[in-house]
Amino acid sequence: MEDTNQKPAESAQVILRMTGIGKSFLGIRVLRGIDLSANAGEVHAVVGENGAGKSTLMKILAGVHQPDEGTVEIGGTTRSFAHPVEAQRAGVAIIYQEFNLLPERSVADNVFLGREPTRRGLVDRAAMEEATARLLDELDEHGFGPRDLVKDLSVAQQQVVEIVKALSVDARIVVMDEPTAALAEHEVELLYRLIRRLQGRGIAVLYISHRLREVFDLADRVTVLKDGAHVATVPAADVTTAELVKMMVGRELDAYFPPRADASAVGEVRLTLAQAGNAKLDGIDLELRAGEIVGVAGLQGSGRSSLAKAIFGAEPFTRGEMTPVRPASVREGVAAGIGLVTEDRKAEGLALNQPVRDNALLVARAIGHRSRTAVSDLLRRVQLSPPREETEVKYLSGGNQQKVVLAKWLTVAPKVLLFDEPTRGVDVGAKAAIHDLMREIAGAGTAILMISSELPELIGMSDRIVVLRDGRVAGHLPAGATEEAVMALAAADEAAA
Amino acid sequence: MKRAIPIFVVLAGLLVAIAAANPFFLEPAGFLAFLKRVAPLAILAAGQYFVIVSGEFDLSVGSLVTVEVVVAARLIDGDEAMTWPVLALLVVIGLLVGLVNGLVTTRLRVPSFITTLGAMLILSGAVFLWTGGAPRGALSQGFRVFGREGVWAVAILAVVVVAAVLLMRADFGRTLVAAGDNEKAARLSGVRVDRVRVFAFMLSGLSAAVAGILLGGFAGVSAQVGQSLEFQAITAVVLGGVVLGGGRGHVVAAIAGAFTLEALFTLLNLHGISGALEYAVQGVIIIAAVAVGGLRLPALRLTPSKV
Repeated sequence: MEDTNQKPAESAQVILRMTGIGKSFLGIRVLRGIDLSANAGEVHAVVGENGAGKSTLMKILAGVHQPDEGTVEIGGTTRSFAHPVEAQRAGVAIIYQEFNLLPERSVADNVFLGREPTRRGLVDRAAMEEATARLLDELDEHGFGPRDLVKDLSVAQQQVVEIVKALSVDARIVVMDEPTAALAEHEVELLYRLIRRLQGRGIAVLYISHRLREVFDLADRVTVLKDGAHVATVPAADVTTAELVKMMVGRELDAYFPPRADASAVGEVRLTLAQAGNAKLDGIDLELRAGEIVGVAGLQGSGRSSLAKAIFGAEPFTRGEMTPVRPASVREGVAAGIGLVTEDRKAEGLALNQPVRDNALLVARAIGHRSRTAVSDLLRRVQLSPPREETEVKYLSGGNQQKVVLAKWLTVAPKVLLFDEPTRGVDVGAKAAIHDLMREIAGAGTAILMISSELPELIGMSDRIVVLRDGRVAGHLPAGATEEAVMALAAADEAAA
Repeated sequence: MKRAIPIFVVLAGLLVAIAAANPFFLEPAGFLAFLKRVAPLAILAAGQYFVIVSGEFDLSVGSLVTVEVVVAARLIDGDEAMTWPVLALLVVIGLLVGLVNGLVTTRLRVPSFITTLGAMLILSGAVFLWTGGAPRGALSQGFRVFGREGVWAVAILAVVVVAAVLLMRADFGRTLVAAGDNEKAARLSGVRVDRVRVFAFMLSGLSAAVAGILLGGFAGVSAQVGQSLEFQAITAVVLGGVVLGGGRGHVVAAIAGAFTLEALFTLLNLHGISGALEYAVQGVIIIAAVAVGGLRLPALRLTPSKV
């Protein structure tokens, strides 16, 4: 792979140059030595798996996070942004997946939010609306006007408002984070046209997407990130889909995982779904058996977390069968012996100001479970170190916190345990311990469903893998499937090389 | 329990200061008189604690105390035989008001600050309408004994303290604190958050009933008997290091907060400072206590977390 990062096309003017960017959160390194540049009028795609560091890199560019090392140059001057407003003033506009618009205000209000033109101390609405109308006109957008309320616009139109906002601040760099995620098929074409117009105005577009087809449709260059590191920057024309997928996911399965369950250890059916669905899921067929770990793969928004929440009763199924019980509430789910280790343990898993002991006993107390295992035994089983019962959990490391969440469920000996990103934000040592524990829990007769966006973990841990796409089961894979196979199913046509 | 240490230090200091200014305070009779005076507020603070630690407020208890006393006087009207039935009725009224507060807050999703502010106004209005401003009737001797006899007041206070401590150690108390600390995590652990909160409001209502029974005997019947007690109770709880917003603090510390507040009033009184200043003192305390609590938080977050 030829690295073109340092040698932009001769005539092109380099607008953005990020060099050697590194960033750690709570001692965990999420970015190291990232180089990224963008030229005027260029669409530069940034691709990588979930957790590759794309969002963090963009947030550094946007001034949301500050890099620990490395420099950001815009238009030839080194900049450091203490606040997103500074980045905006320097000409960086970011269009997030979730738009930052006020639904009850007009289009013009949103475009000029916080920097309304004034005349004699009063907001000059006429000027605002005129400027907005001019920009809409330039974008060839005639479906709505400056006075329309944002809440009455379609998602695609709201995206246009975001783009107009970027143009109105004279952005030189526009970052688009998964811009097509919320768009219908025919709206994608319109977005392409808009991006071409931005290019025509000499704006550098950083395009972040999972969908490789879009990358090939739009991008001049592609930068691949993996595990927080820069893999390559290549002209889109010089690379094939297969090569790109390989750069994104191809890596050695060097991590240690406990041995999988052998067939004899897999026991009775603990849970069956037949054509189950709700607002986010449809036609899900699934069977979970005692002793096995079933992995769930899928891109963001594919319904992975929704599946766990539906089984658990937090966002119940409204259609189809779930046996032995279809919980209509969390309480029913818990009472039926279903546990959920949530994705965000601080927001959803733990009462941070309470001691380890109270957190470990929370589920048992909530449902008045009689036969309680001694907490001290349980803390030994989950290898909490040190096993102090009186420490408030906010003082524990991520790994230890996760062990407390596990202890919380183990007190009631669940029949089915759902894990949503079981080792997110956990250091390597605790990760292995949690993996061992999951195997041990499965071995003791619990059926485990594990959602993970880390493919090595998913493949290393799962006895079989279910891949979701758009709220439906896209396919099943046996133990030891390759990362390419998982990605191919998850991302469908694009990666099916 | 660590957060509770400062309040006991402050309380001890105030008690020493009172004893220095007034040696009678150290005699059994003197101290009993102090306990008798503290008991209603301490009981209200215990009730308020349950609500606050679950992340809510109860502003209705002052008006509720007035309602309890006025209703008791009117219904008993000096008739000894009515004492026990009316006592039972007062308890039921307290629980019922708490139940309504709790249901409106959890089911109708009205913030408890508003729910109980409304309840406070409704109850005051009802008392005024019913009495025309001057309560009628009289309490019986059997009723007044609870508030007048120090032994009774202290015994009731002791029962309340023990019951509160046991409740907080039971599943109910632990899930209540968890719900106040992180409602979402509690829900996702199967805690019936709404139910424990409603129960907390009922305990607060019950505490108002008991406080009303003591105050009726102690302070007599008037339409002002419960005035501003809700603020005193909240001040006491906050003084005890219990965090507004829920999830942190100990019930014994909240009760100690009530003792401290009352000791402070006693001391001001001993030094001839006008009782009119009590409101201002409370205002300073509640702001200072919350500010200090807020100051401590970021400092804690910086502590390395590799335990």
